[in-house]
Amino acid sequence: MRTKRIGDVILDLQNISLAFGGVKALTDISFDVREHEVRAIIGPNGAGKSSMLNVINGVYTPQQGRIVFRGQTFEKMNPRKVAEMGVARTFQNLALFRGMSVLDNIMTGRNLRMKTGVLAQMLRIGPAEREDIAHREEVEKIIDFLEIQNYRKAPVGQLPYGLQKRVDLGRALAMDPTMLLLDEPMAGMNLEEKQDMSRFILDVNDEFGTTIVLIEHDMGVVMDISDRVVVLDYGRKIGDGAPDEVRSNQAVIDAYLGVAN
Amino acid sequence: MGFFVEVVIGGLMAGVLYSLVALGFVLIFKASGVFNFAQGAMVLFAALSMARLSQWLPQWLGFESLFLANVLAFIISAALMYVVAVLVERLVLRPLVNQDGIIALMATLGITYFLDGFGQTVWGSNIYRIDLGISKDPLIILESVFEGGVLVNRDDILAAFMAVVLVSVLAIFFQKTATGRALRAVADDHQAAQSIGIPLNRIWVIVWAVAGFTALVAGMVWGSKLGVQFSLATLALKALPVVILGGFTSIPGAIIGGLIIGVGEKLAELYLGPIIGGGLENWFAYALALVFLLVRPQGLFGERIIDRV
Repeated sequence: MRTKRIGDVILDLQNISLAFGGVKALTDISFDVREHEVRAIIGPNGAGKSSMLNVINGVYTPQQGRIVFRGQTFEKMNPRKVAEMGVARTFQNLALFRGMSVLDNIMTGRNLRMKTGVLAQMLRIGPAEREDIAHREEVEKIIDFLEIQNYRKAPVGQLPYGLQKRVDLGRALAMDPTMLLLDEPMAGMNLEEKQDMSRFILDVNDEFGTTIVLIEHDMGVVMDISDRVVVLDYGRKIGDGAPDEVRSNQAVIDAYLGVAN
Repeated sequence: MGFFVEVVIGGLMAGVLYSLVALGFVLIFKASGVFNFAQGAMVLFAALSMARLSQWLPQWLGFESLFLANVLAFIISAALMYVVAVLVERLVLRPLVNQDGIIALMATLGITYFLDGFGQTVWGSNIYRIDLGISKDPLIILESVFEGGVLVNRDDILAAFMAVVLVSVLAIFFQKTATGRALRAVADDHQAAQSIGIPLNRIWVIVWAVAGFTALVAGMVWGSKLGVQFSLATLALKALPVVILGGFTSIPGAIIGGLIIGVGEKLAELYLGPIIGGGLENWFAYALALVFLLVRPQGLFGERIIDRV
């Protein structure tokens, strides 16, 4: 049922290698992401998951390898350009704009789409006001979707952790992304919060058709919501496939449970 | 009583000048989390440029109008401050992206010395004056209320008026525009701001240009009142206690902090000065700031930072 909507490859990572000085973070990693799928990158701590995400997002430039996104080939990405191409991301350690309200945080996600001039916005003349209202409506939809209506005006810094994670997701959603990169969306959450977050991720995927690339080290949750899983260990790819295949892959089991010597 | 009112008004006016400089600090801190030590040097540089250009332009172009000279000098100086902003971003901030706050602070110290020296090389190091064409005769107000009325300087009134306009414009800019929101976003988290497509480099140019513009307004008003000389740069350090008092991230805080310090130091000099031997005006602001640091470190209007541990 779910596999039917999955489309062609939209993101293809080819032979990516990344090193920081002498430390090899990623070694010759290749995998692809298909349109509308939920693609997980898992691995133990320090496996290179976040580095991988930062390569896709353009924060890190790989020393080797190519990134093919929607048919265009890149040696490196750049965060702003990636954002313009419709890729949004969330952060492992919350990176919200602490001084702002929930509403303003999510509104920043619409910034790229605001076209009226600064002066027009300051004076709130015709087109600027209409634009502002239109974006505000979009943001309200996201707030409803994430069930954070009651916290609209609250400064994000004061919200509980689980809610801050939702605002982080909300800000990314406000960009109307075609691809969403989630960096450990469930890190530090309790079971209930994890279930809520899983539901939101699946809903985004179902309702908006957003392609989702997510990183997690908690295998349980990932296996339930992902279509395909890549497993990294010490910067190398040790498994790739449907959750069930990966679960029974000996290399993966060794990486997670350790090997008896 | 009339004398008391006069002192208070005098204090408020001095306070407005502090506020104008403090605004520059707050703007840059708000939008980049960098404490810009160079704000005082920017005030001096802008004031020098304004003073010299308003003097040179009529000679070069052969016209007499003081008003035209001031307007042209102001526009060119504003353009120069924009160039300074672009260069600071390109040569200093860009290579230091994602570094610690302390490193950026050291960099702005470097900018301070460079601007101080370069400004005096280009514009000269004598004392210059900015003539805004405002009569130096004080206005006498409230004559019916107090005997002899209350004396108010005309340029003080202009300064207060400009401060009000500047602050209102900035407040609307920060709260109501997408660019203003982007500035606040960059202040809070560089990486997250980049991920939603906010161009960091352009934002920094904008904020340094706006801070340069407030430095120009402050330099112009101060210069017309006190003359343009090197001491402007050090006087600008008085804005430091102002931002501590008002809170580093608050534009209204910069204004109200400035007024409190302006009035406070004048009144302290007047009433406490005779008791402890005078000279209070020089250190009163810093002592007040120290008290605030102990009691309310986020300032009057600053955001309280609660860190998760």
